Amino acid sequence: MNKNHLPLFEVNVGSEAKVSELLSMGLSRRRMLDLGLIPGTIINVIRKSPLGDPVAYNIRGALIALRKEEAKQILVSKIN
Amino acid sequence: MNLTCKTCPKIALNQNFNIKLEDDNELVIALAGNPNVGKSTVFNALTGLNQHTGNWPGKTVSNARGNYNYKDKKFILVDLPGTYSLLANSVEEQVARDFICFGKPDTTIVVTDATCLERNLNIVLQIMELTDKIVLCVNLMDEAKRKGILVDIKKLEEELGIPVVATIARKGKGLNELMNKTYNIAIGIETTSPKQIEYPKIIEDKIDKISEKLQGISKNRLNTRWVALRLLEGDATMLESINKFALDREDAYNEGGTCIYGY
Repeated sequence: MNKNHLPLFEVNVGSEAKVSELLSMGLSRRRMLDLGLIPGTIINVIRKSPLGDPVAYNIRGALIALRKEEAKQILVSKIN
Repeated sequence: MNLTCKTCPKIALNQNFNIKLEDDNELVIALAGNPNVGKSTVFNALTGLNQHTGNWPGKTVSNARGNYNYKDKKFILVDLPGTYSLLANSVEEQVARDFICFGKPDTTIVVTDATCLERNLNIVLQIMELTDKIVLCVNLMDEAKRKGILVDIKKLEEELGIPVVATIARKGKGLNELMNKTYNIAIGIETTSPKQIEYPKIIEDKIDKISEKLQGISKNRLNTRWVALRLLEGDATMLESINKFALDREDAYNEGGTCIYGY
């Protein structure tokens, strides 16, 4: 696995990342794809909820909350 | 059960989806789209008080049905659950998919939000693969304008190959044109040429093989290309639905019974 890639969950609030790979399969994968999470999609980490989970992300113009289990399955590369 | 007479698709609608048609002058229109795009607003604007809600047979998903008259026809409008996709991740998606695929409405109107078209186009493209009797309704045009978003309706029509109508449903704008386009598509005086998605050769080859088998047992009751794609994706609910809605029992057994499952 490329060292520059990390799970989306580990990206800090305020940072930007680019999707490199989806680790989930089956229905979860399908749901991620439906949300627009394809390789190359830029994600902005907007804010974490009080308990740290879920986290709000800006995905293609929509504010989407993803749980830790979901965000762990999305591999990204940091942009800034 | 003999399923060869002309009125039988209508009988199927009645038995499977609880839609009772009174005569051949009634046309069934499905209303699809993402949640929160104004589908209900469009539905209410078109049907006024002529509607009733209930559930889809055997499911807990609610179903609203209403009617309106336009020109010489009566239209039954069926409000499908709001979904981001037709790929059966949830009961809502399965219900929407089953209705469009097996209920075969005379036209499907897909309502979309002008302020986030990209995400909405996911389901539009999926429905375009499923049927060519489709009208795209781009709603919330006032919200888009407020956000500085301009939608090129003509260009959308060209790119997609289907009629596109801009609306502000809550103000009643564009609804006449929507009913007009829907009427034309439903009775067939206007046809569409939805832009087709072509998959890599290895997939297209498999689609052909599976379509052939499907054609054999479903006798034109299915959009075999679309169903083949769903089977290739491993959508198990598709098998149940085919079994429930489209197989001619006699033929399935004659073909050896396991033909579709054994592929």
